[in-house]
Amino acid sequence: MPVTNVSHDLDARTLTIVADFACPPKRLWEVYADPRQLERVWGPPTHPATFVDHDLSPGGRMNYYMTSPEGEKYYGYWEVDSVDEPNGFTFDDGFALDEAFTKNPDLPVGKNVFSFTERDGGTRATFVSTYPTAEALQTVLDMGVVEGASSAINQIDDLVAA
Amino acid sequence: MDGTDEDRADAWFHALSDRTRRDILRRVLAGEHSVSTLAASYDMSFAAVQKHVAVLEKAGLLTKRRQGREALASGDVAAVRSMAEMLTELESLWRGRISRIDELIALPQPDTGRTTATTPLPDKD
Repeated sequence: MPVTNVSHDLDARTLTIVADFACPPKRLWEVYADPRQLERVWGPPTHPATFVDHDLSPGGRMNYYMTSPEGEKYYGYWEVDSVDEPNGFTFDDGFALDEAFTKNPDLPVGKNVFSFTERDGGTRATFVSTYPTAEALQTVLDMGVVEGASSAINQIDDLVAA
Repeated sequence: MDGTDEDRADAWFHALSDRTRRDILRRVLAGEHSVSTLAASYDMSFAAVQKHVAVLEKAGLLTKRRQGREALASGDVAAVRSMAEMLTELESLWRGRISRIDELIALPQPDTGRTTATTPLPDKD
């Protein structure tokens, strides 16, 4: 696995993942710069992503949807903040209301900082993802990504019942 | 796991290492209870039960609120536990993306470094 380090900051609601890839930063950059490659990696296999707009430049907008196994579509967008090819970029990741990709103001926005640095001929990538509140992160996860967090409560319940 | 996670785990396991506290937590997870109601359920002093409640509260497993003279306790597993759980869930999502990137960059690249939607790349494995 390319993942070399993971840290959870519960108080700052931040996930930091460091991964080493066997390619130069330029190649990793291309994954994000090409919508056809990006959609191969962004959505989980159960919810493939389709990028309909793709502008990886400061102030640029990426619009995409993910399709559930039942065919339901979840609309999302990225708002690109800063770009430093091929060393990284920062963007906000939010939900859209519909296929017109109007921002959904009621749903949370995550902040993402991606950095790519060359290391022994490969690339060390650091992905930092932050959510404004616990509820925001909950909502993000509930939006069809994977199962809800309720299993955790069941686990504790089982533990205390044992 | 970072230090914060470890501290929290210590607090949880300490809080849950006691049979009475597990029983209190089970009750308050099911619904809000006043501390005096809880105390009446155990063969120990009000102060002893109050102390158990305080340990659970400190571990973030229980929250208390005041209503008149009464202290009402409820299980707060969702708030605390789910933050750790949610970050773990988010982590698994990111791990998935990272392994898909890893597979993608291992594929032979066309000269342009670009592919089109109409020519799907072969899937690995």
